Amino acid sequence: MTVAGMGYGQPGRRGLPQGAGRAAAVLVTGAMMLSGCISVNAPDKPIVIELNINIKQEVIYRLADDASKTIESHGDIF
Amino acid sequence: MQTSRFHRIGLAAGAAALMLAGLAAPAFAQRDPAYEAARAAGQIGEKMDGYLGAVGGVPAAVQKMISDLNIKRKAVYAQKAQEQHATLEEYAFTSGCLLISQTRPGEKYQAPDGSWQTRGGGAPQRDPRCP
Repeated sequence: MTVAGMGYGQPGRRGLPQGAGRAAAVLVTGAMMLSGCISVNAPDKPIVIELNINIKQEVIYRLADDASKTIESHGDIF
Repeated sequence: MQTSRFHRIGLAAGAAALMLAGLAAPAFAQRDPAYEAARAAGQIGEKMDGYLGAVGGVPAAVQKMISDLNIKRKAVYAQKAQEQHATLEEYAFTSGCLLISQTRPGEKYQAPDGSWQTRGGGAPQRDPRCP
């Protein structure tokens, strides 16, 4: 169970006393302070933002025949 | 009787000739020589998204050619996508897959990692979703 799921902000819904969530938050904050610092390293490789991620393979396969004909019939712009 | 048969054959031949002419017509639309030259010189590359891109710094005339062709491509993609009940991006991306396959050795294309590659003798690097 995550900290967010422990009922903090949803008093009574999960049967936990309201103080439990707050205590957990204090514990987490304490743990973070004990570990000293949080280091964030930049990745070695450049970040490629994939804008076409939502295009499904099945759609591409469905369109391939028609797209092929379109390319053939517009030889001047392709 | 004989005349009418010949007449019919003549009509059929004429119709066949018309059909052939209709089929051959789109093939007459060829690339502009300047566009062909810029592709061969590696100044213009085929991108994954179905459009053309400038590879490195290119003369203003080449940049303008790229923009013009991309506008025309977008118009064609938009119309065809609508007919196929697909989005513009889906149709353009599908075309990009095919266009990268159709590049000739020496021409530039965009690999899935976004880098420009020179087409060699083998198959180009394409998105795994490409047909």
